[in-house]
Amino acid sequence: MSVWRQPSRDPLWREEFPVHTEDERYVTRRQFAKFLTLTSLGMAVGNGWILVRSWIRRPSAYPSVSVARIGEVAVGGVKLFTYPTPNDPCILVRTAEDAYVAYSQVCTHLSCAVYFSAKTRRLECPCHNGSFSVADGSVIAGPPPRPLPKVVLERRGADLVATGMESA
Amino acid sequence: MFGREFYIDPSRCIGCKSCMSACEECETHRGKSMINFDFIDRPERIATAAYVCFHCEDPTCAEVCPADAIKRGLDGIVQSALESRCIGCSNCVLACPFGIPKMQVAEEQMMKCDMCYDRSSTGKKPMCATVCPSQALTYVKPETIRRERREQPTNVFYFGNQRVTTKVFMMVPEDAGAVSVDVVDYMWEGRP
Repeated sequence: MSVWRQPSRDPLWREEFPVHTEDERYVTRRQFAKFLTLTSLGMAVGNGWILVRSWIRRPSAYPSVSVARIGEVAVGGVKLFTYPTPNDPCILVRTAEDAYVAYSQVCTHLSCAVYFSAKTRRLECPCHNGSFSVADGSVIAGPPPRPLPKVVLERRGADLVATGMESA
Repeated sequence: MFGREFYIDPSRCIGCKSCMSACEECETHRGKSMINFDFIDRPERIATAAYVCFHCEDPTCAEVCPADAIKRGLDGIVQSALESRCIGCSNCVLACPFGIPKMQVAEEQMMKCDMCYDRSSTGKKPMCATVCPSQALTYVKPETIRRERREQPTNVFYFGNQRVTTKVFMMVPEDAGAVSVDVVDYMWEGRP
């Protein structure tokens, strides 16, 4: 199959429905240029659309759910709850008199449930000895590849309200 | 392909149908032979002829296909109708001067000899040429045919005014340059 061909004298229907596979697969320079142009245009428009979407702020899709009352959990104590859906277990830890943190309870390694160890002051996973910082959910040791997603807490009167999730 | 060509010599055919059995073993059309097998003048003679697709340089079957389903590859093999395109109209069956394409009614697809493409494209012989005991169907190098056969190969056929050149060769008597088929005479039913 040659790279360059002379313009054909065959009727158009014969060119468009060729019998020989090499003719069917032959791509003219004009077709190739058209493909490149349209594909590049599509990529540019797609990238622009992604950029514009990132500019448009969307309201949070997370619900506001009361997870505990102030004082319900003792200092160093925990409370388990689910957020944002009933299938997402989370853990609330009262780390100091006036400090509460909450994380997803699902280990980022193989989805075992993490627990709070008051002795080491870490969130630990019993399956493969992964441990996370209770301060920010970051991985301290073990196989987990990512920090624990953090539950955003807000104090509304006497209630602690979960308002969103943050993935580091 | 690989320096070898397909040669058909009906005068050597003994009618054993080994080629048909071998063809039926193919995975893509198991149980269905793509060999065209004819008894020649059956009331008078025992002569038989087995032949495969001749793989025309300008295949009439592909020319008449309204669905653009039949393609001839770079290696000269005219493939079966593409399953996704074939509409089962039988135009190719009617148009082929050699009567090769076979309509598979159940599949609504035309199938034909593709010279065992899975084998011949990797340097192996087509199944029929492998098993033919008299080598009426043979797949060898041209010099082998010149050395071992008295007849000479031709790939030029005339069907009335239509000149057809093919990839597959037919063995003809030494003095015959091309095979000419008088289509009208053949169709004449009042022959003595």
